[in-house]
Amino acid sequence: MESIINRINQQKFWSFHGGVHPPEQKAITNQKPIKTLSLPDQLIIPLQQHIGRQGDLLVKVGDHVLKGQPLTQSANPMAVPIHAPTSGKVADIKHSVIAHPSGFTELCIFLEVDHQDTWVKRTPCNDITRLSNQEIIQKIADAGIAGMGGAGFPTHIKVNTKPDINFLIINAAECEPYITADDLLMCEHSESIVDGIKILDQLLSPAFILIGIEDNKPKAIDALKKATAEIEKIHVCVLPTKYPTGGEKQLIQLLTGKEIKSGNLPIKEGIIMQNVATCFAISEAVIHDTPLLQRVVTVTGQALEKPQNVWALLGTPIHYLLNQCGFDNKGMEKTPVIMGGPMMGFSLPTDTVPVVKTTNCILAPSYKEMPSAFEGSSAEVECIRCGQCADVCPTNLLPQELQWSAKAKDYPQLKKLNLSDCIDCGACAYVCPSHIPLVQYYRVAKAEIRQQQQQEIKAEKAKARFEARKQRLEKEKIARELKHKKAAEARKAAMNKSTPEAAEAKSAVAAALARVKAKKAASQKSSENTASTQASEETTIQDNKKAQVAAAIARAKAKKQEKIAPQESSSSAENESVKDDKKAKIAAAVAKAKAKKEQNKAAESEPEQAKASTSADKKANAIAKAKAKALAKKTASNNSDDSSKEQKAPLDKEAKKAAAIAKAKAKAKAKALAKKDKASDVKNNSQDDSQISNDNDNQDISQTGTPDKVKDSSDKDTKKAAIIAKAKAKAKALAKKQLASESASEESQMIEQQKGAK
Amino acid sequence: MTILIAILVFGLISALFGALLGYASVRFKVDADPIVEQIDAILPQTQCGQCGYPGCKPYAQAVADGEAINKCAPGGEDTIKKIADLMGVEAEPLDESHEQDNRPKVAFIIEEDCIGCTKCIQACPVDAILGAAKQMHTIIADECTGCDLCVAPCPVDCIEMRVVPETTQNWLWDLNSIPVQQID
Repeated sequence: MESIINRINQQKFWSFHGGVHPPEQKAITNQKPIKTLSLPDQLIIPLQQHIGRQGDLLVKVGDHVLKGQPLTQSANPMAVPIHAPTSGKVADIKHSVIAHPSGFTELCIFLEVDHQDTWVKRTPCNDITRLSNQEIIQKIADAGIAGMGGAGFPTHIKVNTKPDINFLIINAAECEPYITADDLLMCEHSESIVDGIKILDQLLSPAFILIGIEDNKPKAIDALKKATAEIEKIHVCVLPTKYPTGGEKQLIQLLTGKEIKSGNLPIKEGIIMQNVATCFAISEAVIHDTPLLQRVVTVTGQALEKPQNVWALLGTPIHYLLNQCGFDNKGMEKTPVIMGGPMMGFSLPTDTVPVVKTTNCILAPSYKEMPSAFEGSSAEVECIRCGQCADVCPTNLLPQELQWSAKAKDYPQLKKLNLSDCIDCGACAYVCPSHIPLVQYYRVAKAEIRQQQQQEIKAEKAKARFEARKQRLEKEKIARELKHKKAAEARKAAMNKSTPEAAEAKSAVAAALARVKAKKAASQKSSENTASTQASEETTIQDNKKAQVAAAIARAKAKKQEKIAPQESSSSAENESVKDDKKAKIAAAVAKAKAKKEQNKAAESEPEQAKASTSADKKANAIAKAKAKALAKKTASNNSDDSSKEQKAPLDKEAKKAAAIAKAKAKAKAKALAKKDKASDVKNNSQDDSQISNDNDNQDISQTGTPDKVKDSSDKDTKKAAIIAKAKAKAKALAKKQLASESASEESQMIEQQKGAK
Repeated sequence: MTILIAILVFGLISALFGALLGYASVRFKVDADPIVEQIDAILPQTQCGQCGYPGCKPYAQAVADGEAINKCAPGGEDTIKKIADLMGVEAEPLDESHEQDNRPKVAFIIEEDCIGCTKCIQACPVDAILGAAKQMHTIIADECTGCDLCVAPCPVDCIEMRVVPETTQNWLWDLNSIPVQQID
């Protein structure tokens, strides 16, 4: 530690590997003062201007906002608020192209400037020493400050750490050609910058504060030295000009000789780095209560008449800046405009893109100045293995090897070659004699590796959830079986007792047994006949129907007797008629469920050589028709069976509706069958025993299960049936025109209620 | 005599090694087939069942038992290539019956149409659908694997698969397909 400070005092620094010396081109703009522009008519403010998450909107279209008023807020610490850079009206909130190489659109607030520039109420703070650290951090967070060097990491997170900080490094290197924004900021506002550094000092209390600055900014060095003369802790370190001195790890290595290990953050070594412009923003925010509303932008390039640094409000469209600086299009079809420097910047998709918190430079080069920007990547030729890229790589990587692996999409090899340590500085591409856009290859590979990692994480999660679900289903199954067992035992015990209720239950059981027998006979018949032709199939189904009708009648009678017995004395005539009505409905519903089961069985046992879906369609239709007929018949027969007076109108309606429902269902079934037929036979077979099968099977299982459950106990049966009947009555109340959708919902309701009853 | 000694010595040595090998085969016995785990790790874990097996693990087991390796539609060519490398067989193109576009998708419930039947909830292999009987359901988009299994059971066709939109977060630096912007 001592030795480091000794070396710093002697102005003897370390160095980093590689680096390049591109033409600086800073003289174009560094002699002119920062110009304050007149207000543009419209500002486009993207909700997200930094790394992290965007906040939630606080304003809506039509709101009038004052300068400095927050437009978003969020409880998420990675979200940074944005503010109205001037007063005006929110004209629109919509997606617009943002400052990103992809040219994608993101949500932006369109602010119509009213040219009044009215501030919100501010409370400047004269004595920062009275503020607690938390208050300062809160102020920084509220001011919406994100790292202004380029990455845009939320500053309040970076300064809210509490390990022992050895070095606070202020990055004033500004190593990229053309850019002079920080240079001029230091010349003109060195006092404010030092105030900001003092605030950081108070927050982090580092052992030493180092300001790293390249020797091509003599004026800024003088200004900083003057401003920091009385503070012993701060050392202004003048470094030789080399690109990329301003890289975080490179600057740390230059100043302290420490190399940050791959994958580590500087904080682990007790080092924190902040950009000078960020320091300025911090002092503005904490002392003057001014949120981050504007920043210095270098507007430069030979395509401009008046290249200069300007104070640009965040959200200022680029074309406005270019026009203010005398953008000369010279009749070119499309002059490229680059955001950021020539080494790391990107071509803008349109010039309506707004200035954001990380925009430090707008470069509009002439063709002579930067032909590559006009030609695109067409100049690329084969790699000649000269190895110059490896010589200049500041992170000691092997760019040529990386390039081969990136082209071959060999991601494990790229990881081995430490692609993640690449800082995208572009030095390799700059020296490449074959004009290979190396960085572009790395960026693609990096993005793909990141996506792969995310997919792996997601797959892991999905697997865990799938396993958890499987376990849960297994558990539920066991619990259900146990419950059934218990219920059966309870029933047996009740039956053995000689009470009137038990006798009643016995008669119900006898009825149920008779039913089962009838059904078995019917199903046997049907299974015998399924292999034969379609016509015979139809007749079997009709036979089935008849047997079912008989069974249903028998059942209805048994039920009626059973019900009448306890209720005989109390029920009035009116009550009775209602009850009968209900019973008829119950019978209809049960019969329907049965018919469905039968139909499903027929569909399932359909010979595998069944030629096409058309036959299935036909069959399904026929079944549906038969079912509807059977239903109508049944309701009629039930009607005549019941000796009491019936209102025929609702029953007719009921029959009609049932027919419609059956038809709709048949259609759905036909569709499903067609789909099934398309799928392979293997699938068809495996469906039966597989847990995860398609909807057909799920439906089948639930529906075939229905009658069995109905049989379970007569008490339950009547209850359940009552519920179903209620649901039906409700459904009837609904308009007839919605029949199609109704059938679906009713079916699902039935299933739900049966489950509930169970 | 010397011959006898030689036979004795070699006999002893072979008996010793035989016993050692026998012990090792018992002591270091591998229970499960590790290849199944390895194949399962390659599969995308969407649990979609498009391969004809109820989930990724059963398909991994089937592949280990000799099933075709080209039935994983969500995994696509990449997965087939990886399984081929692992199994030491030729990579084959994706099964014809599964040909589909491979973009990541996520299910979306049109909420005003949902009748709350819970059928999709029962179908979802990763419990990514939230809802109750007669209540509106919704997809937990972060957990959805885009397997398509909830679409078919829906009685009112209110579930659709939507392609995950490309944003600045998941952009793959494809500079050549920058959307053309109309400046007005």
